[in-house]
Amino acid sequence: MSDALSEDGSDINQDDSQEDVMTPAELIDKLEQAWLNEKFSPELLENRSEVVECVMEQLTHMEANLQRVKKGDAKAGFHRMEIDRIRYVLSSYLRSRLQKIEKYFPHVLEREKSLVEGQPSLLSPEEFAFAKEYYANTETYLKAVALKRMPPNLQAVDMLKAVPEPSLDSFVFLRVKERQENILIEPETDEQRDFVVDLEEGSQHLMRYRIVAPLVSSGAVQLI
Amino acid sequence: MKRNDGCDGLTGISSWFQEDGLRQVLQEMEALYEQNQADVSEAKAAGRADLIPSIKLRHCCLLRNQRCVVAYLYDRLLRIRALRWEYGSVLPANVRFHMSAEEVQWFGLYKKSLASFMRSIGGQEGLDVTQDMKPPKSLYIQVRCLKDHGEFEIDDGTVILLKKNSQHFLPRWKCEQLIRQGVLEHVMS
Repeated sequence: MSDALSEDGSDINQDDSQEDVMTPAELIDKLEQAWLNEKFSPELLENRSEVVECVMEQLTHMEANLQRVKKGDAKAGFHRMEIDRIRYVLSSYLRSRLQKIEKYFPHVLEREKSLVEGQPSLLSPEEFAFAKEYYANTETYLKAVALKRMPPNLQAVDMLKAVPEPSLDSFVFLRVKERQENILIEPETDEQRDFVVDLEEGSQHLMRYRIVAPLVSSGAVQLI
Repeated sequence: MKRNDGCDGLTGISSWFQEDGLRQVLQEMEALYEQNQADVSEAKAAGRADLIPSIKLRHCCLLRNQRCVVAYLYDRLLRIRALRWEYGSVLPANVRFHMSAEEVQWFGLYKKSLASFMRSIGGQEGLDVTQDMKPPKSLYIQVRCLKDHGEFEIDDGTVILLKKNSQHFLPRWKCEQLIRQGVLEHVMS
């Protein structure tokens, strides 16, 4: 998809003054990486609002350029298709984030609360607002319908305990982008011992997410 | 003791909100709680340690009831949430019919949060993330109208009339939602 776009990008965005060095193709590459990682990781990853914003801008540009193309031009169809595909990836990316936020909302908010200064927030400001509203609405609903009619000692529910946590031990497929040495694999059962592996660049593995979580967020491995 | 965690069908809201069941469970909880209060004060006043096991048993029942009720309500919320993605922001009357007033209210708030989230993406008019649910395969698709829907405007300004049983060749991104609402049907060749 990125190949198709690079043609597109150079063609349709000639007048586009890029402040940073990122080309449209690189941008879409970034979006795709973020999308796949988010799709396959069991937990919510750090937000990439800068990518989302750039892609949105790009889409607006492309739409505007498309308006100028004559009707019935075959090229317009290709560009339209490209816009659709990018929009699909972007929507799908934001959707999988929203789904995780809704599924794990108490944990997501708890992590946000316990952030040390300087530590990046997982949620974009918009997502944070959404998560807070979701929490408040759900809590209000449960209180109004049932909890406030229960005996006094049972009117509170600990959302953190009631809503399941993401399972970090689920297995993920990954491709290594930067060579890693001495990755410690902890034993799954008592009979096993822990051992270390080296991850060669370009190799593919199936591992527990917990082991590679730091590498996913640093971009050294790509979930596939 | 009855439990009211009678689940709805696998997807969607297929049964009524169990108002009666909920009320019964709440009454049972009240009764258990009162008995426990009475027993606790007697155990304290008269030093009757033999009452403690039954107090504990009742307390476990209370916790279980609370968990069942909350699980039931939360499960329904998740289904109602899925409806927003399936039908759009306006629910068909027959679905709405099965929801309690509070659930309708929750749905309203949920859809408001979602809308303001979608509006805030990218700064301008935002992005409707409930569209583009499937990867695009082709630009235009063949659709058949399943019911009269009236006039429908496409991007370039052309207006077409969606009449029952008529077939059209339309841009996919314009009809996704109508397909999900059951107005159009994707004709596979």
